[in-house]
Amino acid sequence: MRQDHLITATQLSRDDIEAVLDRAREVADDPAAYAGRHAGRVLALCFFEPSTRTRMSFDSAAKRLGIDTIGMGDVDSSSVSKGESLSDTVRVIEGYADALVLRHPSEGAATLAAEHVSVPVVNAGDGAGQHPSQTLLDLHTIRENHGLDDLTIGIMGDLKYGRTVHSLAAALTEFDANQHFISPESLRLPRSVRFDLHETGAQVREHTDLEDVLDELDVLYVTRIQKERFPDENEYHRVAGEYQIDAETLEAASDDLTVMHPLPRVDEIAPDVDETDHATYFEQAHNGIPVRMALLDTLLENAEAAEGVEVDR
Amino acid sequence: MSEHELRVSKIRDGTVIDHVEGGQALNVLAILGIDGSEGFGVSVGMNVPSDRLGRKDIVKVEERELSQSEVDVLSLIAPEATINIVRDFEVVEKNRVTRPDSVTGVLSCPNRNCITNANEPVDTRFDVVADGVRCDYCSTILRADIADHIDV
Repeated sequence: MRQDHLITATQLSRDDIEAVLDRAREVADDPAAYAGRHAGRVLALCFFEPSTRTRMSFDSAAKRLGIDTIGMGDVDSSSVSKGESLSDTVRVIEGYADALVLRHPSEGAATLAAEHVSVPVVNAGDGAGQHPSQTLLDLHTIRENHGLDDLTIGIMGDLKYGRTVHSLAAALTEFDANQHFISPESLRLPRSVRFDLHETGAQVREHTDLEDVLDELDVLYVTRIQKERFPDENEYHRVAGEYQIDAETLEAASDDLTVMHPLPRVDEIAPDVDETDHATYFEQAHNGIPVRMALLDTLLENAEAAEGVEVDR
Repeated sequence: MSEHELRVSKIRDGTVIDHVEGGQALNVLAILGIDGSEGFGVSVGMNVPSDRLGRKDIVKVEERELSQSEVDVLSLIAPEATINIVRDFEVVEKNRVTRPDSVTGVLSCPNRNCITNANEPVDTRFDVVADGVRCDYCSTILRADIADHIDV
């Protein structure tokens, strides 16, 4: 991967993706070879929105590479609450760190941040926009369980606001994948994502009912439908209920079906699915470590190469 | 159009933007960032009869020759517009507008949750795509309703 930043999945070529995933496989096979590789470096975790797993996963990945991490603390008590712009905030933090991981509630925040700093920026979620590092770990999980070509995948749930979905759909166009999108009418993929899929000539179909396609799937990627997307709670319960799966639902699926979820789940995957061979979401979450290690390693290596620093390894 | 029908007088030097879709003249001025404070003469004709468009608007800007890159952005709301550069009452150059690759600082993003709407010191930037424009920051696509999002 010859990228300075990771802002959207649309910027990634098949070669970029495979290079990171190959490295993630190496990391997973021999973590000791990567331990301390970037000792003395500092990573800033800039989370303008609450996050548990993404933040901890980056923190852990960084520390395993020997990188120290710094955070902003509670946004309410930081300069952000005093009205400082994101542009100013990242320009200040750039002086404290060798790379930035940014989570922000506004779409396009990471693009803006990357325009203002010269250290690598990783978009760890921008509103309902993109979440490309999640996509890399999703792709790693799919690759290790099934392979990324000759793939039939169903992506279900909140496709309109789900940033993990937007990034995953874009990245899958680099592979030989049939994508089925399953959602209520009101939560279909946004126009911009459908536009990109159409432009690449991707094989895409949209459904409102999982039953239409379940038995064809190699992978079912489930996302959470959030209560706040609906005008009233009854409507939410009625719609969300149609997109919940349990072990019985999956009896109609192929035995080899891989069920994934970016987590956290609420009730869209019943606990009885955990006991089946389909359940892959905890493995998927754990893959965040080798994949984010590979990603940080790659971006820091690229930055060092750009600076002309001799890296001895 | 014959001379006696011409409601706006000829200009000596400057730019005439003709064949603007009826009702878009003020948006043309907004896109060009012309609000009268610059001091040069500006004449606007609205809903003038036109063979080609039925009704058209005309904008005349005196003592200022607009460059091609300045006027290309007009193609988003006035794709049929013609640009006449006038010197000493004569049209010395006549051009059509062509679609630019991108538009900076002219439109506002319709996505309220876009970072460009969050009080950041940033100009909006849109890529021009097949049948609309697309925000470089949040990817929102704007189509028929472009004129509603001109930053004035």
